[in-house]
Amino acid sequence: MNVVEARNLGIRRGDLWVARGAAFTVPEGAFVAVLGPNGAGKSSLLLTALGLLEADEGELRLFGKRPEDMSPNDVGYVPQTRELDRRFPARAWELVATGMHPAWPGLRARARRDRALASMADAGVDGLADRPISALSGGELQRVYLARCFVRAPKLMLLDEPAAGMDIAGEAAMYHLLEAYQKKQHATVLMVTHDWEGARLHASHVLIVAGGEVLFAPPGEVRLEERLLHLFGHRGHARETHTGHHHA
Amino acid sequence: MLDPFLLPFMQRALIGGILVGAITGYFGGFVVQRRMAFLGSGLAHAAFGGVALGLLLGLPPMGTALPFTVAVALGVVWLRARTVLAEDTAIGVFFAVAMALGIIFLSVREGYAGDAYTYLFGSILAITWGDIGLTAAALAATAFTLPLWPRWAYATFDRTLARADRLKVSRDDALLAVGIALAVVVSVKVVGIVLLAAFLVLPAATARLLSQTFAGMTLRSVLIGVGTAIAGLYLSYYADLPSGPCIVLSQAALFFAALALGATRR
Repeated sequence: MNVVEARNLGIRRGDLWVARGAAFTVPEGAFVAVLGPNGAGKSSLLLTALGLLEADEGELRLFGKRPEDMSPNDVGYVPQTRELDRRFPARAWELVATGMHPAWPGLRARARRDRALASMADAGVDGLADRPISALSGGELQRVYLARCFVRAPKLMLLDEPAAGMDIAGEAAMYHLLEAYQKKQHATVLMVTHDWEGARLHASHVLIVAGGEVLFAPPGEVRLEERLLHLFGHRGHARETHTGHHHA
Repeated sequence: MLDPFLLPFMQRALIGGILVGAITGYFGGFVVQRRMAFLGSGLAHAAFGGVALGLLLGLPPMGTALPFTVAVALGVVWLRARTVLAEDTAIGVFFAVAMALGIIFLSVREGYAGDAYTYLFGSILAITWGDIGLTAAALAATAFTLPLWPRWAYATFDRTLARADRLKVSRDDALLAVGIALAVVVSVKVVGIVLLAAFLVLPAATARLLSQTFAGMTLRSVLIGVGTAIAGLYLSYYADLPSGPCIVLSQAALFFAALALGATRR
């Protein structure tokens, strides 16, 4: 079963094509690292897969369906946490509860809280359940979002830079959680990342988005270093973009 | 000492104040968390245009203010969704147009413009049972939107997540704007246009300081809105001062108390 299939996919942002003529097929159970410089369109690709951004050319199919026809329960999304509004009054478990039902929990939500806690326990963050989101570290918040994603038992997970703001231990724990979940549910993962090493170690495929080009292959089959050098000019520049302004 | 609430006009003011405190407190939670304080102000001024139109045509001002303000609210939502303009810019445009029309309506109209002051600064003496009926109807309509609260709250927290979960966020935004417009119009006589935005901001801001969940914040905002309306009306009666500013100062006193409480806790 092909989980994600792009046919002549073109996505434009303003006058700029972030992808054009892209064709790739992601098999079930793949762990895809989506790599590329800031502003190249990695997040746009995720938004297209979520059905929030229409393709300008060609098409993207998830499980053979158009993204907007997918049940949201089959797709787990972990957004960039730095774009989260931390002024919103919420406890961590409430955020997880939105993963099971697209509604914010009200005053009486005991059953939802219990289910949220179970999912948080799986992600090792049940101790944070009653913590206000304003008091969570970046890494803690990321794992709460993972618990939110797991709670709906998605077949496909789309993650936008989940490792941003994590230390090495947090990152290792995150990969461990993702891989354990994948094993259990035969889920497919598409993860936007800047972490080349992590991609090499954990990903079954890499999807490189840069300069309107999209390249998809198992990491062993591309001479990754060479390809990156070609795409980004030189490695030092690619590293610089880590701290650059965030992208759409 | 005579209980002021034995007086018929104070009874009407009290009931009106409680209803207005509840409805503005409820929508205030969204106004504060969505950073729409300017929308409250803009819609209040739009209501002025509608009131002036009613005075000009000799129609009940609330009856003209309601469609006028709802139209402006939808105009703001539409302009933000369909153009590159930011919401505050869209509000600024409609704010100015409605105010200019209001002033022209009042100056074209023959005779005394004194009753316009009622709407600008609020007057508890002017509250009729008809106004109270309208406010109660607005509150009942708001009660019917309670099933929308979880969706509004979810989209307030994160629009993208809500859209990814297939919520009709744009339609919900429009409904919320209509709800806020309704709350604004029914509050005009008690509060006055000039101070109206405070009703949508102060109780909710105080509630935010005291709450860790959005449900708790919404509940506290309603209670604070109601409580400060009662306290402010007492103050207004005994100090012989206008009701709107008295309620707003009660709200502000509670806000600063909550702020001080938060500072000492830290």
